[in-house]
Amino acid sequence: MSDIKHHLTDALLMSYAAGTLDEGFSLVVATHVSLCDECRARLEAFEAVGGVMVDECDEVALADDALDATFALIDTLPAEQAAPRVAAKNNVFPLPLQDYVGGDLDNVRWRAVGGGVMQAVLKTKGPGKVRLLSIPGGTAMPDHGHRGLELTMVLKGAFEDEDGYFGRGDVEVANEDLHHTPVAVAGEDCICLAATDAPLRFKGLVPRIAQPFLGI
Amino acid sequence: MPTDIAIDEGPVRAAPASYAAREMSDPLPKNTSPENREYVALVERIRDAKDREAFAQLFRHFAPRVKAFLMKGGANEGLAEECTQEVMATLWTKAHMFDPSRASVSTWVFTIARNRKIDALRRMKRPEPEDLPWGPEAEPDQADVMTLRQESEKLAAAIAELPEKQRDLIQRAYFGDLSHAQIAEETGLPLGTIKSRIRLALERLRHAMG
Repeated sequence: MSDIKHHLTDALLMSYAAGTLDEGFSLVVATHVSLCDECRARLEAFEAVGGVMVDECDEVALADDALDATFALIDTLPAEQAAPRVAAKNNVFPLPLQDYVGGDLDNVRWRAVGGGVMQAVLKTKGPGKVRLLSIPGGTAMPDHGHRGLELTMVLKGAFEDEDGYFGRGDVEVANEDLHHTPVAVAGEDCICLAATDAPLRFKGLVPRIAQPFLGI
Repeated sequence: MPTDIAIDEGPVRAAPASYAAREMSDPLPKNTSPENREYVALVERIRDAKDREAFAQLFRHFAPRVKAFLMKGGANEGLAEECTQEVMATLWTKAHMFDPSRASVSTWVFTIARNRKIDALRRMKRPEPEDLPWGPEAEPDQADVMTLRQESEKLAAAIAELPEKQRDLIQRAYFGDLSHAQIAEETGLPLGTIKSRIRLALERLRHAMG
């Protein structure tokens, strides 16, 4: 947990705290924060700003019977169980990601996309796209740029690119200025969670032709 | 405060004792509002005793603010009324999840209202981080609770002192008028100290839970 070196940006954490971040990026934030106490503390600090905003809010009167109605509502609600939502120690995926996969790494329904690389697109709302990628150790991802923002978080194995070494929990935040070539570090497969808010742009001709078919 | 500067005309020898007594009976700094102290106690009364009077007090303070927050976020009055009652009911059912060493009651209320807003207005699923391993037997350290409360108040004071233009941007971000792309990387918010306190509380919690 203390090995995480590449963190989320303030803008992402503030936007997630405010509740305005897209679902796909929110999944990356929730997954990273599950593993990173530093970003959890930063997120909770941004939520404290939200608390100040609520304190400073004007007041809008409620219906006359609102308190009684709320007690009536409380009486219909089941008691919440006290057990915290925490993934099992040997799990690869934190719980927010497991919710989207329907289980841990073993439950991913991979599709081969060539060169030993596999992907699984996760269902989210909004224009962006979220996928899991499995890249064999020592293999390069196709060189690509972005029209928007791309977040790539490592869950297992590691990759390296122009920005450094990314191991479990690390997140690369890439904007459209960055043309990067991630290479999975030799050894085990590198499993990543990647979210974009616009389609990727591959530099080579063949990936560009294949892009519509691959859905990436 | 008048009581602090009033001069006791009694024997000089008596002064240190009365000062010590005052420090022990009121260890909180002057800027700690009694309301804020009470909110934590009210949540604890709901958690421990299902105390309806404690809930009514929290309701009177927070429900009108939550309703305003939801309406600023785009809810019409009917929806805001309905969601506010649901948000307040959630305070009751989740009272055992509130950790006063990491958040003020206002912050906790904000997160519940925000989640309800995403669900009702944006109709979007919100991925949430895992919980910390945290059981009801782990009572937070009272010194941590007090420090967090002080940091929350300092944060509120610091935000109040920001230039109006910047404060306006922050409000727009939190009421849902700014997208992620419109939020600057440098928010200019003075969050260093409260972040450090929360980080410390997280560390202690991890340590206590082994």
